[in-house]
Amino acid sequence: MDILLQDVGYSYAKDTPFEKRALHHVNLHIPSGSYTAIIGHTGSGKSTVLQHLNALLKPTEGTVMIGERKIEEGTKAKNLRDIRRQVGIVFQFPEQQLFDETVLKDIMFGPLNYGVPEEEASRRARELVQQLGLPEDVLEKSPFDLSGGQMRRVAIAGVLAMEPDVLVLDEPTAGLDPRGRREIMDLFYRLHVEKGLTTVLVTHSMEDAARYADQIAIMHGGKCVVTGDPVTIFSNEEQLHDYRLEPPRSVRLQRQFEEKMGIKLDAISLTEEALAKNIAQALQKGRDAE
Amino acid sequence: MNSIIMSLENVTFTYAPEDESVRPAVADLSFTIEEGEWIALVGHNGSGKSTIAKLMNGLLFPNSGKVTAMGKPMSEETLWDIRSQMGMVFQNPDNQFVGATVQDDVAFALENNGVPHEEMVVRVKESLRQVKMEDYMDQEPHHLSGGQKQRVAIAGALALRPRLLILDEATSMLDPQGRMEVIETIRELRKATGLTVISITHDLEEAALADRLIVMNQGHKQLEGSPEQVFRSGSELIKLGLDLPFAMRMTHLLRKEGVDIKGEHMTEDELVDELWTSYSKM
Ligand SMILES: Nc1ncnc2c1ncn2[C@@H]1O[C@H](COP(=O)(O)OP(=O)(O)OP(=O)(O)O)[C@@H](O)[C@H]1O
Ligand SMILES: Nc1ncnc2c1ncn2[C@@H]1O[C@H](COP(=O)(O)OP(=O)(O)OP(=O)(O)O)[C@@H](O)[C@H]1O
Ligand SMILES: [Mg+2]
Ligand SMILES: [Mg+2]
Repeated sequence: MDILLQDVGYSYAKDTPFEKRALHHVNLHIPSGSYTAIIGHTGSGKSTVLQHLNALLKPTEGTVMIGERKIEEGTKAKNLRDIRRQVGIVFQFPEQQLFDETVLKDIMFGPLNYGVPEEEASRRARELVQQLGLPEDVLEKSPFDLSGGQMRRVAIAGVLAMEPDVLVLDEPTAGLDPRGRREIMDLFYRLHVEKGLTTVLVTHSMEDAARYADQIAIMHGGKCVVTGDPVTIFSNEEQLHDYRLEPPRSVRLQRQFEEKMGIKLDAISLTEEALAKNIAQALQKGRDAE
Repeated sequence: MNSIIMSLENVTFTYAPEDESVRPAVADLSFTIEEGEWIALVGHNGSGKSTIAKLMNGLLFPNSGKVTAMGKPMSEETLWDIRSQMGMVFQNPDNQFVGATVQDDVAFALENNGVPHEEMVVRVKESLRQVKMEDYMDQEPHHLSGGQKQRVAIAGALALRPRLLILDEATSMLDPQGRMEVIETIRELRKATGLTVISITHDLEEAALADRLIVMNQGHKQLEGSPEQVFRSGSELIKLGLDLPFAMRMTHLLRKEGVDIKGEHMTEDELVDELWTSYSKM
C-alpha cells in the first residue's frame, strides 16, 4: 500500500495558546513494499510524521494518502477503522500501547477487535511471545509487571498479531538487549520480505538504517529535507553533518582505515560484514601486488 | 583510599513473595561501589537491573540482605537523607514527571530538598542548559519528543547536584550525537565534582567507557571487572544475550575473512594501528 504525504504541516494544540508547530511542508512517498528508514536528531519531527501514517494525527495542512484513502484536516474518525487494521504502529514508549489485564489479553485485543476468532488470536499470541523471546509464564502476567525490555517485546507482539500490511516502527529496539535487538530486527526484516510488507522504521541507529532500509528520509526542524538510497545518503558526510547526523560505524571505520593506509576501498561498507570483506580484499590485493 | 558510597550485601528481592515458582528478580547479590567510580550495569532484558536501581534508592526494600548508601543502612528513617544526595533517571521518563512545566518539574526535587528559591532558579536554568533544553522551560514535559523527555529527566537529576547519579537507560532515545554530548557532560561533572555514576545500559560502547562493569544474568551477578576483563570473556557475553564492542566485533569478522590480527582490540584506533603496522609495508 502506497503512502504519500503531500505538503503536510502539523501543529500540536492548534488554535490554542499552546499551539506548537511540529511539521512544515513535508513531502514523502513511501512506495508499497519498500523499507523506509526515517532518521533525524531529537525533536526533528519523526514521531509526528509516523502518527500520520495511520491517521492517528491528521494533518493541519496538506494531505496524506494512505492507499486510496485521503486524510485531511477534518476527515471523520469513523472511516479510519480499516486503516488502523492495515497500518500497525509500534510506539516509541511501550507503555503508551499496553493497557489490558494480562499479556495474553493485551496481545489478543487487536485481532479480536477486528473479528479474528478467539482461537486464532490466542494461537497468534502464543506464537509471538515465543518468537519475541519472552518467557512462557509471561502470558498471564500484567503487562505492567514486566521489565522495560519485556514490555517492549509485548508491545511489538500486539502489533504483529494484527498482521498489518504496513508496519510502522518508532525506535523499536530502544531498551532491548543486544541479542533481542538483532533477533527482532531480523524478524521484522523476514516478515518484510516473506509477507511483502511496507515497513517504516524510525531509528537513531544509523547501522540499522544502513543495513535494512532501501530508502532513507532525513527529518530536520520539522521538514523532510532529503530522501535517497542508503549508499547515496551515507556517502554524503557533509550533508549528514549539516543535519547533525553521522554515517554508520562501519563507514566511519572505513574512512579511518583509508586515511591511515592511504588507500581507497572500492565500495562504501554499509554493514560490518561488508567492511570486513572490503578490507580483506584490499589487503589481499596489496599482498598480491608485492 | 576512597570511601564506599553504595554497597549491597547478599540482597534478594522478589516481586511475588507468596509465589515460590517465580524466581527472585535479584538473588543473593553483593557489590560495593566507591565514591567517584563510573559503573556500568549491564545484562539481558529482565536480568534485574532496574530492580537493583530501585533497591539502591529505597523504592524497594530487599526481602533479605542489606543495602548501605552514603554510609547509612537503607531504612524508612534514612531514606530521605540518602535520596537527597542521589539523582535518579528512570527508564521511562513519563513515569518521573510531576511538574506542569519543564522548569517546575526540574525544580520539584530541589524544592523538596529545601534549596532556597534564588539558588533553585539558577540551578534549574543551568541544568536545562547542560542538556540543551533551555528553550523548552515552559512546555509541558509530557508534550515533548522522546529524546527531549529524556533530556529533561536528566536535567532533573543533575539539578540536585547529587553525589551519586543512577541512570537507567537514560539516553536510549537520544540521537548518537546527543548521547555523546550527555555522556561528555556527565564525565566533566565527574571530573569537577567527584560524582559517582551508575549507568544501566545496553549500549556496550558506552559500557566500555566505565571504570568497572557488573554483568547480570537472571538476577545473579555473572561477571564483574574492568571493561577489558569483561569483554575478554567474548563468547560467554554473547551467551548472556550481550555483545562485544564494535572494534572487537570487527576484529573477529576480519579474522574470519583471513586477515591476520593478533590483538583483541577494544577501540577502532588500536585496530587500525595494528592493520597499519602489519600491512602498510605492502
Ligand atoms: N504532544 C505534543 N504537544 C506539543 N508539542 C509536541 C508534542 N509532541 C511533540 N511535540 C514537539 O514537536 C516536535 C517534534 O516532535 P517529535 O516527537 O515528532 O520528534 P522526534 O523526531 O520523534 O524526536 P525524538 O527522536 O526525540 O523522539 C518537538 O519539538 C516536540 O517538542
Ligand atoms: N512490577 C513488577 N512486578 C512483577 N515482576 C516484575 C516487576 N518489574 C519487573 N519484574 C520482573 O522482575 C525481573 C527483573 O526485572 P527488571 O525490570 O529489574 O529487569 P531489567 O534488567 O531492568 O530489564 P530490562 O533490560 O528489560 O529493563 C523480570 O523478570 C521482570 O519480569
Ligand atoms: Mg520520537
Ligand atoms: Mg530495566
